[in-house]
Amino acid sequence: MGIVSVTNLKKAYGDFTAVDGISFDIEQGEIFGFLGPNGAGKTTTINMLIGLCRPTSGTIFIDGIDGIKDIKKVQSIIGVVPDESNLYDEMDGFDNLCFCASLYGMRKETREKRANELLEWFGLKNAGKRPFRAYSKGMRRKLTIAAGIIHYPKILFLDEPTTGIDVESARQIRSLIMDLKRQGTTVFLTTHYIEDAQRICDRIAFIVNGKIVKSGTVEELMENADHEHIIKLTLNDNANGIKTELQHHFPALRIEVREGNACIISSPERIALSPILQYLDSKGISVFEAREIRPTLEDVFVKVTGIGAGTLHKEKEGGKK
Amino acid sequence: MNFWIAFWNILKKDIKNYYLKPPNISWGIIFPLSWTLMQFIRTPQAQSISIRELLPGLMGMSILFGTTSMLAVTITFERRGRSFDRLLLAPISMATMVLAKISGAILFGAVIAFSPVFFAAFLIDLSGINWGIVIISILLMAVTSTLLGLAIAVSSKEVFEAQTYSNFFRFPMLFLSGLFLPIEKLPVFLQPISYCLPLTYGTDMLNAAITHTGHMSVCFDFTVLIGFGVLLFYYCQLNIKRKWIL
Repeated sequence: MGIVSVTNLKKAYGDFTAVDGISFDIEQGEIFGFLGPNGAGKTTTINMLIGLCRPTSGTIFIDGIDGIKDIKKVQSIIGVVPDESNLYDEMDGFDNLCFCASLYGMRKETREKRANELLEWFGLKNAGKRPFRAYSKGMRRKLTIAAGIIHYPKILFLDEPTTGIDVESARQIRSLIMDLKRQGTTVFLTTHYIEDAQRICDRIAFIVNGKIVKSGTVEELMENADHEHIIKLTLNDNANGIKTELQHHFPALRIEVREGNACIISSPERIALSPILQYLDSKGISVFEAREIRPTLEDVFVKVTGIGAGTLHKEKEGGKK
Repeated sequence: MNFWIAFWNILKKDIKNYYLKPPNISWGIIFPLSWTLMQFIRTPQAQSISIRELLPGLMGMSILFGTTSMLAVTITFERRGRSFDRLLLAPISMATMVLAKISGAILFGAVIAFSPVFFAAFLIDLSGINWGIVIISILLMAVTSTLLGLAIAVSSKEVFEAQTYSNFFRFPMLFLSGLFLPIEKLPVFLQPISYCLPLTYGTDMLNAAITHTGHMSVCFDFTVLIGFGVLLFYYCQLNIKRKWIL
């Protein structure tokens, strides 16, 4: 049994099933990514694990403690960073951290020392005395994460930690999560940013319509996708004109044209490039660039879930509403 | 120890952050104060009633508005910004959390309750008042009013919504609890409702302490108010679990 063990977890609101009998284990010290589009059931799952939502059925064990019957005990060893930065607008950064520490019974000197330590670590030392309402989105997110780990939790639940913030802050937050992992903290991370998950997660589960459709390490998830070989050629001419001829001449390959002069060639076998280049040269077409394209986790996600990449991009641009 | 650290810090935060929020100033401070001053100004002309007789009603009204306004602010502001989730996620019992949240409102209501006494002290002789019973009744009235306010705030999403819903019971209670109109002068069909309201028993205790005109025994009032407090406390805990831990 992992440090988090979930079996047949289900949450239904009347006729609507938000989470439909999911099971998974998380090992101590790993970063577990929970990936899915908006409305897939990620936040409902996290809310059941942290005690903000009662499961309809199923079991949850966190560090060996029954997460349904003994939730207050569980809450003393977990940290939670919700999808919204929900600290107190009226209070400054330092006071916010000290207040959160007090909820875990930390004494005044200990919580002040820890708050200063975290402000320093998260690069917020100079903003410590500024009210939370005056913080930028990235700073708010960082302080909310700091509040989540103020009591040295064994397991940290992070709900959409990088949604809606600038690139630099997102990079810093990813680096902070990696630091936490190095310190031995287990991290449960939900996100719809596939690149984030691919960069930092040890294992990932894809959730769609309340069900886990695939899970494993990034390598395991990419295993089948890696069987596809893809080469992108950039031509000097419009590639549409040559597509049919090229396909006819190389029937074993799949040929697509993108952006006018880009020719995408894919095959389950390794692709021999020289015959293609020679053929194009004989037709008077120059090739400016030939590049191998490795499939991304996003390609795997799209393939497994059937959710269009467009939908995901739209969510990323809009952030979480 | 953990209980006290969490309790004290929640209370301190609420006092610091919410006592001076505009909705609390308007309904919890300005309204009771202006009502009190208005009554005091018109009283010399209205010969039939003395300032001393008005005091229990004015104090009861101040407690009712002070506590419910404060609670509406502390709960709904935090619910809207989702910072209330931090309290639900903390390893403290629901009872500790509810106690800490209502304590700020109880203190606020108790302090506001003394504002009519403060003004009256300049106008009349306050000797002969049983201050021990006054303090106990103020505290019990503040506890029950706060818990009534909490029951309403749990069902509201915005501060204005909580204040509006609160007025649906605050204003009828002004007239049904014997604050300004003796219960025996109410129509007979309304009198049973009066005895279902905790404020009725608090006002009776205040009448006994200030004008020595209580209709029920102080012990009976005290017991009923304790009963209301316990019942409302458990009801509020259940309500929070039911509404906020879905």
